Amino acid sequence: MTVTVRALMSASLLLAVTGAASAQTTITVATVNNGDMIRMQRLTPDFNAKHPDIKVNWVTLEENVLRQRVTTDIASKGGQYDVLTIGNYEVPIWAKQSWLVPLDNLGADYDQADLLPQVAQGLTLNGKLFAVPFYAESSMLMYRTDLLEKAGLKMPENPDWDFIAQAAEKMTDKGAGVYGICLRGKAGWGENMAFLTSMNNSMGGAWFDMQWKPQFDKPEWKKTLDTYLKLMSSYGPPGSSSNGFNENLALFQTGKCGMWIDATVAASFISDPKESKVADKVGFAPAPTRAGGSNHGNWLWSWNLAIPASTTKAEAAKTFVAWATSPAYTKLVAEKEGIANVPPGTRSSLYKNEAYLKAAPFAPMTLKAIEAANTQKPSEQQVPYTGGQFVAIPEFQAIGTAVGQQFSAALAGKASAEQALSASQALTSREMTRAGYPK
Amino acid sequence: MARHVSNSRKAVVTALAWGIGLLIFFPILWTILTSFKTEGEAINSHPSFLFFDWTLENYHTVNERSDYLGHFWNSVVIAVGSTLVGLLIAIPAAWSMAFVPGKRTKDLLMWMLSTKMMPAVGVLVPIYLLARDTGLLDTKLGLVIVLTLVNLPIIVWMLYTYFKEIPGEILEAARMDGASLGSEILYVLTPMAVPGIASTLLLNVILAWNESFWTLNLTAANSAPLTAFIASYSSPEGLFYAKLSAASTMAIAPILILGWFSQKQLVRGLTFGAVK
Repeated sequence: MTVTVRALMSASLLLAVTGAASAQTTITVATVNNGDMIRMQRLTPDFNAKHPDIKVNWVTLEENVLRQRVTTDIASKGGQYDVLTIGNYEVPIWAKQSWLVPLDNLGADYDQADLLPQVAQGLTLNGKLFAVPFYAESSMLMYRTDLLEKAGLKMPENPDWDFIAQAAEKMTDKGAGVYGICLRGKAGWGENMAFLTSMNNSMGGAWFDMQWKPQFDKPEWKKTLDTYLKLMSSYGPPGSSSNGFNENLALFQTGKCGMWIDATVAASFISDPKESKVADKVGFAPAPTRAGGSNHGNWLWSWNLAIPASTTKAEAAKTFVAWATSPAYTKLVAEKEGIANVPPGTRSSLYKNEAYLKAAPFAPMTLKAIEAANTQKPSEQQVPYTGGQFVAIPEFQAIGTAVGQQFSAALAGKASAEQALSASQALTSREMTRAGYPK
Repeated sequence: MARHVSNSRKAVVTALAWGIGLLIFFPILWTILTSFKTEGEAINSHPSFLFFDWTLENYHTVNERSDYLGHFWNSVVIAVGSTLVGLLIAIPAAWSMAFVPGKRTKDLLMWMLSTKMMPAVGVLVPIYLLARDTGLLDTKLGLVIVLTLVNLPIIVWMLYTYFKEIPGEILEAARMDGASLGSEILYVLTPMAVPGIASTLLLNVILAWNESFWTLNLTAANSAPLTAFIASYSSPEGLFYAKLSAASTMAIAPILILGWFSQKQLVRGLTFGAVK
């Protein structure tokens, strides 16, 4: 073969290769560093095998960095991302701004009707789905069965806050380093305020009345904060004003907490014998109500996949979103990573799957908690907002965090409950007036 | 004449210096130690200093999940690139300010510094839009330009103070011998200011390496440097301290080693001109 022919052949081969490469669409997926998302990242080869024409780039960021980064990009139509991982707090707000692509036709085998209605509802605007849930959680009470038994108590089917106080007192053994109750104390709209907002819902309270007037001067918030401070100062671990989900998780896993009320997703961590010293001694119950009440707080959080309107690759992005949230993905995770690791809380079919129920004994309680959450009517009172452990308005991030700082200071003993409440009332009124409410 | 210093005084001062040094270094040391712990051990409320089960598991996980070398290369290009471009602009600027000051030179210097006083987030949206329209979002070139501009005031200020210490007469002598402006700066001024330029270079590489606001906000998948690599290991739900520490250790190691080898140069540069 002459040199020229060889050169020509290799050139045409090169052309063929680059030609094939240019037919490939590259999509960029922005996500957070949670176990379920990392698993999705690991399973990308399966997606590539099914869709060789789509290449996936991953951008994993810390939650708050991601939120800031993605908001900048979507608000300025930067088009850096083709698939976003966002919470159910953002979805309705962003959908209203026409920032998201509606996701109605995800294919025949997607089975949209299988999505849990409580979860799907939070992602729907004007009858259209604007994001699909990747995993979802509510809140529940997790407790140590051995400590409760030792205390001579039995967990009621629907515990109320009085029972929690009683149980916390009896379970606490500070000498042995066991604290009756662990709750979030770290300031932030998604930290202590997620817990306290939903606790206030269960006490019959609300954030705003129908005229958008803040309600911190009402007896419900007083009751909420007093109960919380009493529980934490008498039966909580030291330094709890800096504890968030992860700190409490570590405390519970090492046997330092009698009870913990937090996201349902924690159940799988504390029941995992590889991580948890108390894996065989945990029980689950619904999040507490007030005596005789029926509102469990309406905590509902989902991490969802959405497609920004600024993308130029909506079709490829849709293909990816459908792959990652379809019933087939559930099967894939079960095969490759074990059925207990399937992303929870999004599809009712998962909770009818015998193998899953066997591998995840907490699953029925998770489902019950999610089904009990009503994001359309979070409070027993008439309120002008939707949400649950948050208020679904754009201003809530800033206001929620500022109020969270007041409550965290009260927990640290730097302010009294009255001071924290009146400061919260003042700052919320000011911010809401500035933002132009009532609208 | 050297002042007489008693041995006990020497011992006290040495101990104090070591104490302060260790105190400053402790967070980094703790990060490095944590990176060898298991997640459970990392968050233990009674942490142990050295006596835990050392493990390399976190490094394995981090290497498996992330493209460290890709992020590392982006960091090198962005940090070194922005510093070199900055020096190229700042050396002539500092020369003119130091040797041919005008009526407004002082004001100009203050104004340059004042651009550092505004929080970066204040100009995020305009810069983001500019980068979007010029196609520089998520490119190394875009970050080199932005970081050059961000660090330029510091580079000019540092070089200006170093140049001020060089007697103008030497430059005049060079001019007498017929040196052009370019060769005056390149062959006379620059060699004399090498320690100053070197420490400016090193300090700015470190500043650009650690810059996390613009590097996080203007990148996505292609040009994300090590700051984005670290930011991907914090988790809202699940334990992450040990893996985050491993990622941090890997991100700071290159710059730590660079600083270690160039510490003589750094100290010399930072104290350059201290004796009048």
